[in-house]
Amino acid sequence: MSIERNVDLMKWSGPKRPYDLVKEFVIALVVVTVLVGACAAIFSSPDERAITLQDWAKKAPADFVATTNGELAGTTISASYGPPYNSAGEGLQIGPLKIQKWAGVTTPVNPATDFVINPLQLSTDLSIPASLQMWKAASLEEQTTWANNYASAIGKAGDYSKVVPDNSFGPVPSITSGLLAMAQGGQLDGILTTAVSPFPSDFTMPMLFIADGTYFDDLGAAQHLHGDQWGMMNETGSYPGQSWLWLFSSMYQFEPFKSSENADPQIFAVLMLLTLGFIFLPKIPLINRLPRLIPFHRLIWRRYYRENNL
Amino acid sequence: MLLSAISLNGPAKYLNWGAISLSIPNLIMIALIVLLFVLALAIPFPTHKGK
Amino acid sequence: MSTMWTTKLRQATIERIDPQDALPDNQPSYVASWIYVFGVLTLAALVVIIGSGIWITVKGAAWWHSSSVGHYVNSVHLWSVELFFVFMVVHLWGKFWMAAWRGRRFATWVTGAIAFLASLGTAFTGYLIQTNFDSQWIATQAKDGLNSVGIGSFFNTLNTGQALLVHVALLPLAVGVIVIWHVILVRRHGVVPPLDASEIAGGRK
Repeated sequence: MSIERNVDLMKWSGPKRPYDLVKEFVIALVVVTVLVGACAAIFSSPDERAITLQDWAKKAPADFVATTNGELAGTTISASYGPPYNSAGEGLQIGPLKIQKWAGVTTPVNPATDFVINPLQLSTDLSIPASLQMWKAASLEEQTTWANNYASAIGKAGDYSKVVPDNSFGPVPSITSGLLAMAQGGQLDGILTTAVSPFPSDFTMPMLFIADGTYFDDLGAAQHLHGDQWGMMNETGSYPGQSWLWLFSSMYQFEPFKSSENADPQIFAVLMLLTLGFIFLPKIPLINRLPRLIPFHRLIWRRYYRENNL
Repeated sequence: MLLSAISLNGPAKYLNWGAISLSIPNLIMIALIVLLFVLALAIPFPTHKGK
Repeated sequence: MSTMWTTKLRQATIERIDPQDALPDNQPSYVASWIYVFGVLTLAALVVIIGSGIWITVKGAAWWHSSSVGHYVNSVHLWSVELFFVFMVVHLWGKFWMAAWRGRRFATWVTGAIAFLASLGTAFTGYLIQTNFDSQWIATQAKDGLNSVGIGSFFNTLNTGQALLVHVALLPLAVGVIVIWHVILVRRHGVVPPLDASEIAGGRK
């Protein structure tokens, strides 16, 4: 029954009532302004201070060193990411569609070079140039072996500061502690935020680095912001967040997406379909009949139906 | 500093029900939507004399 | 070309609306429910969002971290967004249960749905440019989803300068245009009559 009724198409010529739309808007604006002004005064808004590389290096030096070593070993998230940052991985895919790979490397990031080696060239530590020279002179295989050896030594000792020095680490301990000192002194923040341009507006470098560590991740988990904590909807503190993302957020909590490696693009694809459904909802059979089947409209127009004995 | 009357900077409480985890502040916002919808349907709109 | 595109635009939009229907002081008698005020409430919240947003724009993105007035304006911006979504969802539910797409009002539904989606994107980019922990977190989390479908190759959530411009220039323009279009369509077609209203003699003359 898709034939549209005459009365729906025609200009209404039945009885009318006074209803000043301009007045309605002005009243609405006043009410909303007062309401919002009051909410703002009573509840304020959250402002959890941003994290710097310096915060991270000072508060969690062990994590900083382990992550720096991970960048050298190529084992961190960003060092093995793939497009759009590098070619270290293939990225995710939806079935046979490797969209992430096809989109290509558009924001080039080489974590070992960009986060560690290049910044260290500005270090004032006199032992660093020799360490860097040794690193650069080595083959990729040697470099990886050093970093992996150091990683397992840290793993065994529990903390880089408890690791017994050993030649099998090559210059890696010197490099990681050199970068730690630069980060703790605050220089690394300046270097990485100006890596793309001396005018900082792009935080890709420092944020990819920070997000590779567990310090930042733990802060998010403590605020209930992780994806598997429905974090997409949540806000720091006790503020309401983006609750309108409930559907998006919920999909990560259930199978088949929960355990899928390709959950991101799969969920995106499903949401695109649902979005199309939402836009074209009036054309979807059955769903466009729901307003008739579940008669909320009897309530909305109850006076009209009553007055016309319908 | 303008101090807010109610501080919402402390950690939120969460309702957990199986795989569902919902913060109380988000629950309040969602409940507000449902409440407004119900009230909008239930409360009679002021009448004027029709023209 | 017989008619200028400007004329066609005028004919397709403003001139389709009967001057008496543009900002009327009366409505069909069936317009008698509180559900009808939620469209206008959504618009009012949007005006407060834009107003507070312009204030922050004038002062700069990091102003609110150090100024108590700035923090208050930021709070106004946040709460107007929260209420905007609350009102919009009630409006959406109301229009769904009224089957308000009847009578060539399909485009009104579509523009409303797109306005909702554009608002999601605008809110998201707003969260990215708070320049605090929350925006760092959201940027690092959201990048993976966007990268996985190729969007990351032209929109980088970690590029705060890009997110800032998208949020204050591009998306408000998009939301503004689609909302104005939506309102023009609403005024042009009038408020949808009750379901089964055609059975009443009074409704059709």
